[in-house]
Amino acid sequence: MSEASQSHATITSLADIKEYRGLLSWVASIDHKQIGIMYVVSAYFFLFVGVVEALIMRLQLIRPNNHLISPETYDQLFTMHGTTMVFLMAMPLLFGFSVYLVPLMIGARDMAFPRLNALGFWLYFFGALMLYFSFMAGGAPAAGWFGYAPLTEKSYSFDHGIDYWALSLLVMGAGSVATGINLIVTVLTLRAPGMTLRRLPLFVWMVFINGILVVLAMPPLNAALVMILADRLLNTHFFTPATGGSALMWQNYFWMFGHPEVYILVLPAFGVISEVIPVFSRKVMYGYGLMATSTVAIAFLSFGVWLHHMFATGLGFAILYLFAASSMLIAVPTGIKIFNWIATMWGGTIRFSTPMLFATAFLIQFTIGGLSGITFAAIPLDWQLTDSYFVVAHIHYVLLGGTVFAMIAGTYYWFPKVTGRMMSERVGRWNFWLLVIGFNGTFAVLHILGVLGMPRRVYTYPDVPYFGLLHAISTYFAFVLVLGLLVFVANMIWSLLRGKVAGDDPWDAWTLEWATSSPPPPENFERVRTIHGRRPLWDLKHAAVAPAATKEGR
Amino acid sequence: MTMTNAVMSAMGGQMHHHTSVFNAQTPQAQSIANLFYIDLAIAAVIFLTVTALVIAAVIRFRARPGDGEPYQDPGNPKLETLWTVVPALILLFLLVLTARAMFIVNPPVGTRKPDVIVVAHQWWWEYRYPSSGVVTANELHMPAGTNWLLGIQSADVIHDFWVPDLGAKMDAIPGHPNVLWITPQKTGTYLGTCAEYCGAEHAMMGIRVIVQPPEEFAQWEKAQLHAPAPPVAAAAVRGAGLFEEKTCMNCHNIAGTKARALVGPDLTHLADRDTIGSNLIANNLTNLAQWIADPQSLKPGCNMPNLRLSGAEAEDIAVYLESLK
Ligand code: HEC
Ligand code: HEM
Ligand SMILES: [Cu+2]
Ligand SMILES: [Cu+2]
Repeated sequence: MSEASQSHATITSLADIKEYRGLLSWVASIDHKQIGIMYVVSAYFFLFVGVVEALIMRLQLIRPNNHLISPETYDQLFTMHGTTMVFLMAMPLLFGFSVYLVPLMIGARDMAFPRLNALGFWLYFFGALMLYFSFMAGGAPAAGWFGYAPLTEKSYSFDHGIDYWALSLLVMGAGSVATGINLIVTVLTLRAPGMTLRRLPLFVWMVFINGILVVLAMPPLNAALVMILADRLLNTHFFTPATGGSALMWQNYFWMFGHPEVYILVLPAFGVISEVIPVFSRKVMYGYGLMATSTVAIAFLSFGVWLHHMFATGLGFAILYLFAASSMLIAVPTGIKIFNWIATMWGGTIRFSTPMLFATAFLIQFTIGGLSGITFAAIPLDWQLTDSYFVVAHIHYVLLGGTVFAMIAGTYYWFPKVTGRMMSERVGRWNFWLLVIGFNGTFAVLHILGVLGMPRRVYTYPDVPYFGLLHAISTYFAFVLVLGLLVFVANMIWSLLRGKVAGDDPWDAWTLEWATSSPPPPENFERVRTIHGRRPLWDLKHAAVAPAATKEGR
Repeated sequence: MTMTNAVMSAMGGQMHHHTSVFNAQTPQAQSIANLFYIDLAIAAVIFLTVTALVIAAVIRFRARPGDGEPYQDPGNPKLETLWTVVPALILLFLLVLTARAMFIVNPPVGTRKPDVIVVAHQWWWEYRYPSSGVVTANELHMPAGTNWLLGIQSADVIHDFWVPDLGAKMDAIPGHPNVLWITPQKTGTYLGTCAEYCGAEHAMMGIRVIVQPPEEFAQWEKAQLHAPAPPVAAAAVRGAGLFEEKTCMNCHNIAGTKARALVGPDLTHLADRDTIGSNLIANNLTNLAQWIADPQSLKPGCNMPNLRLSGAEAEDIAVYLESLK
């Protein structure tokens, strides 16, 4: 036991690590932990920015025929909000967790390519700044987060917003591919002795598969971005039907990236849940093998469902059947995960610390998002509901109720490891209930608006029965939601300064990152011993109690 | 301020009313609504199952003081097969129903030509009836009880034709003509809206479908083919002159006059329409004069410029246009 947990008694906070002192040590860092922290801090900063944009939209929508902001401003806001949340918040948040945790969880000293890791972060960072620079350069983009051509062509979007949008996504896209490759190679080559693929923690499994998804999914987007930039800047005609281009081609390229992207945004969240639920239920993950294979199935299928974003574009029946079937099929491995997580809780002794609270809410909210997703796979329902507020509800149940809730669970879970300090449990409970109430209050009612015929991306709406009421409800709850997020940030800051000292392994967990000090020293581990099972620390602690349990993964 | 007032006053009454996916007025919409009921039932069962299991786990297996580590259950292939196969079967069932509904909603067209061609523009709708040659804008007339095929096209960016009470939506994509079946059963006015984001005034691109008894529709179609009578009242005559002078005819068509352009909506029988600006405001003299004087105040960003007319000029043109029956 004492040999594996290499307690660095002297390290209890980031300030204790002399290598991390001074701004330069961060800016010039190639340490995966510093880069991970920078990713997460930037992502939470952009969460804040995206939420401010969302609040302005919600205020504009609070009553019918409102004229708080102009149509152009509204269009810029939903475009920047969507782009920010997907590319500047969710992706880097997941990358941050990935590059911070993967080396620690597999007992490595750093990523396989530390410099490439830093490059990935800085490409993201400056790409993000470039996107926001558009506000000062004559106007932010205003064509939605999936920027359909030909609206994005020069003849319909004259100012430079779309140029900034495309260039910045291109820069960040290059960074993402670099990080994806890095994660794949790291997992393949730097695992501790004895850590076979069958003994990989599930978080690492999901990140590994995610790396593959990123590397395969980004190229169609990057190619499409180059084409739209060429159309706009060099007068080519890729997406202009009048001169031989194809408007639909953009959609094919975009969603060939965009659907896998949806899973890119959710797989690491699955990974977090697959670590949190077992630890807090005090049980080994139920059906580890199926959890891993269902992830592979999702990754594989996710490349065969993109047309479900285009069901209303007038496709032939044969292709529609195929994509309806594949879109329903992908729900099966996702459903498996939900049931396996519940089965892990079943028969456990569940400790409802804050991470577990968020993981539990995730299970239910993600299920709702999944069920509304299946609704779109039933094509005639898509023909009614696509591009309505039903979609707005669906997006947020998956990405906010799903991904963001999971990442908040992950933040509460790993904050002690990263900073050496516990987050306040009492504040955590406030945080949790405000978010659950605020989130569901804001977004549940939007399903109804979609059914009543409210299209998405409209800056205002007429005074017809229920519209004003439902939107007002949504806006009021959005304030509760934002209050919850502020409590979350406050808890992080307060805990960083005043939190209880965490120690190496405050949750009595079992993956390798808990075997080193909190925060870990720059070299992570002094020495990593041979791994004999999926839960190295559990094995050490329970060898005498339950020898059978150590056999897993042999 | 003026804008808000004009829009609001026009919005009383029939300008806008309740729509819903469940308020099905065509066999197509009905078949979708039926599928939706089944989908919702399935979703409810799955949701309740998951929620019940989670709640049961939360209550039964909450850690209590003195609890030791629980039994380490690594999984059970039989159970896991169960929750792989059962959802798969449910989805297969839904897939079969989906295929059936697809055939009812949008069956293959064969060689049938559209009865009306919907051409979406930034931010208004053009309607062309190929068999009669009628061209009109912003209000779609259809006969009740007939199975109509709509051609859906776009003149610029991507739009989407969506009237929830009548059924499926369909994208209007430049260079990619689409079709959509609609069989309205009851006469009445049905409302919809552009459902694909298409730029600044996407929110104000309303759809108004007027379903008439077949005889009434035939009459309407015939009337549309007649060029309106030349203006007689003094103001209307002045208005007609101004219409030619003030570049209106560079963008608009009025049959029987020199105005032939197709940049904006066809105004030949403007006086017959309930609304102007694609279901934006009621069609009356005051609103029309205001539109002509300053369309940007009513629909900011729209493709009709403010032509800097005096109030009197705008009014004269409005009188002229309101005489076009
Ligand atoms: C540059 C082209 C252009 C010019 C010039 C122009 N219009 Fe328009 N007009 C449009 C467009 C485009 C629309 C559709 C606006 C919308 O609803 O988004 C429109 C709409 C209208 C409508 C409403 C039609 C309907 O069915 O809702 C009327 C009436 C009208 N114009 C009258 C005029 C008059 C009168 C003039 C001259 C004073 C004029 N227009 C000059 C382009 C033009
Ligand atoms: C406080 C929390 C949030 C609120 C109040 C909020 C609100 C909104 C609103 C009002 C819209 C525009 C609806 C429309 O006009 O179509 C929107 C769109 C969107 N939101 Fe959020 N949102 C929040 C958080 C998030 C998060 C966390 C994510 C992703 C992780 C997200 C992703 C999106 C996306 C992708 C769109 C679509 C943008 C587009 O249409 O191009 N949102 N949101
Ligand atoms: Cu998708
Ligand atoms: Cu539109």
